Amino acid sequence: MNSSSLPQAENIPLALLTEIEKAITHYPVSRRSALLPLLHLWQNHFGFIDQSAIDWIACKLELNSIAVLEVVTFYPWFRQKAPGRTIIRVCRTLSCAMAGSYELHQKLCHGVGIDPSAHGNHEMPTSADGKFSIEFVECLASCGSAPVCLLNDDLLERVSLDDAEAIIEKYS
Amino acid sequence: MMQKQSLKNILNLMSSLIEHPHPREKRIVFANAGKPDYTPDIQTYLKHGGYQEAKKAFTMSPEAIVNEVKAAHLRGRGGAAFPTGVKWGFIRRDDGKAHYLCVNGDESEPGTFKDRYILHRDPHQLLEGIIITSFALNIHLAYIYVRCEFRHAKRIVEKAIEEAYENGFLGKNIFGSGFDLDVYFHEGAGAYICGEETSLLESLEGKRPYPRIKPPYFPAVLGLYQSPTIVNNVETICHIKHILRLGAAEYAAMGSEGDGGTRVLCVSGDVMKPGPYEMAVGSVTLGELIYDICGGLRPGRSLKAVIPGGSSSKVLRANEIFKINVKLEDGTMIEKEVPLLDMVMDATSLAAAGSMIGSGGVIVMDDSRSMLWALNNLNQFYAHESCGQCTPCREGVLWMSKLSTRMLREGAQESDSKMLHKIADNIAGRTICAFGEAASWPTQSFIDKFPEEFSFDEQNFSRKH
Ligand SMILES: Cc1cc2nc3c(=O)[nH]c(=O)nc-3n(C[C@H](O)[C@H](O)[C@H](O)COP(=O)(O)O)c2cc1C
Ligand code: SF4
Ligand code: FES
Repeated sequence: MNSSSLPQAENIPLALLTEIEKAITHYPVSRRSALLPLLHLWQNHFGFIDQSAIDWIACKLELNSIAVLEVVTFYPWFRQKAPGRTIIRVCRTLSCAMAGSYELHQKLCHGVGIDPSAHGNHEMPTSADGKFSIEFVECLASCGSAPVCLLNDDLLERVSLDDAEAIIEKYS
Repeated sequence: MMQKQSLKNILNLMSSLIEHPHPREKRIVFANAGKPDYTPDIQTYLKHGGYQEAKKAFTMSPEAIVNEVKAAHLRGRGGAAFPTGVKWGFIRRDDGKAHYLCVNGDESEPGTFKDRYILHRDPHQLLEGIIITSFALNIHLAYIYVRCEFRHAKRIVEKAIEEAYENGFLGKNIFGSGFDLDVYFHEGAGAYICGEETSLLESLEGKRPYPRIKPPYFPAVLGLYQSPTIVNNVETICHIKHILRLGAAEYAAMGSEGDGGTRVLCVSGDVMKPGPYEMAVGSVTLGELIYDICGGLRPGRSLKAVIPGGSSSKVLRANEIFKINVKLEDGTMIEKEVPLLDMVMDATSLAAAGSMIGSGGVIVMDDSRSMLWALNNLNQFYAHESCGQCTPCREGVLWMSKLSTRMLREGAQESDSKMLHKIADNIAGRTICAFGEAASWPTQSFIDKFPEEFSFDEQNFSRKH
């Protein structure tokens, strides 16, 4: 995407604007309540949230930019840098760990050349070729089919080490 | 072949764990969601008797509905097991204020996996519950707050909401009753703390989701936009229509005393058949749940520990014996010794055992598990999820996590387990929200129940992991 150098706010497609206006109508009592929905719509479209987005959304919701930034930095889901093309989030918590999620995470990371210890801090560990981001996340509410991970938007259950290989192969 | 396997997983948005009810289950809330051919559209729901109870609700008085819920002894399924009817009783219908309903679908307590099935597979059941609740409490605006990791929930639930509007079940003058109700879906953004009800409200208001202090910020008094607000779990709201359908008496009789109906127990960890099991409240003991319903442990293994109600509930040790007060036929109370496996899985019994039914997330651990390793895993969870608002919690959970990690990697020093326990003791009871307790109870109970695994000289086993 060559638009990554351009401030995102200078490149808002009409469809996104329409969705933003619609989302705001869901909060008749307070415009500020539309902040999370707007950030989601934005990140779903652009892949991350840049400074221009923070200012634009602040202006849209009649807030100071800091009120948007402090929300962006609080939530693990939001990011301020572009992630890899395929995002894998491996559940780290107890039931999944008991079922081997650390081994799974390690196998995935090694498979695409990411350091498995480099997780956290609002920056998704991303492979050098930009194809994969892999991170640990906390319980994904599917502990009965551990270990699980989110592959982009889809939940994968009972993921074996062989599955890990198949995933890397398919998305490389 | 492997590739096929993962592709199958990808297409099959969620597992079929729910599609195989055990004969001892009593499915009400999962009755539709568990059918392999059931689809989440409104036609299917209507074919299965959907929206009959919502229609019926509008023929009743709002007070009568609240009284039914009280008499049904429904207790919240989100964690605190608070009686729902009592909570609803805090709302005064005619105080002239706006009232709100926020349905808690954050589902992030480790060990809990039930609400997703409803959101993905039977969203209209939830909407029907919302309609009845809103009518009973004079609510005209409701939000369904769902964690954003349920990537498909937004599409599915918003479709259901749209269908309900088209059918006149939502919007203006619903069911021709003159009553107006708007419902919207709201996505979280990956923070566990947003499941705490006041944090959820801050999150909905577009702020950093720092929990509010109680008193005065009880949601039913000063909730969303500082107005009286009911926060209930997804499963709790789904039970409402079944209370109207069965009648409070029958619903209450299905369960234990003061704890009516059914409850989904989510079993994970070291059992052969993990899954969500909807059981009549009090109809199973822990032993029956593990050995009869979940197919027991892996071959050659023995039971070591059970976390009975989500990761925040206190751990129980396999050979523990509890002294529990039980009521005899003639009403007299006696104290009885109950071994762990004979413990009935309801709110009262688990509270008597010093733990809680919580969110119904049962995590089973066999003798291959190190308790230090397991606790360290949970400590890392709480360290990651503290919102950082109160000093004891923010500093304490990180400290506990660092300490247990060091004990695991390098072996415990003599003072470590005491120190670990002391940090937990200094968090619990000294924070703004119940996360403080949730984060301390694992450490306190793991060390108290399994002292040998945290001691100075019992480190060989732990270090294997
Ligand atoms: C740290 C923390 C996390 C919580 N997470 C959830 C959750 O994910 N889902 C939920 O329904 N309740 C959760 N709760 C409980 C809610 O605060 C609240 O009690 C519940 O939603 C009320 O609904 P109920 O009465 O129907 O159970 C959590 C509580 C705490 C203290
Ligand atoms: S107890 Fe922890 S999670 Fe709760 S408000 Fe305080 S710092 Fe935040
Ligand atoms: S522990 Fe992984 S889904 Fe719950």
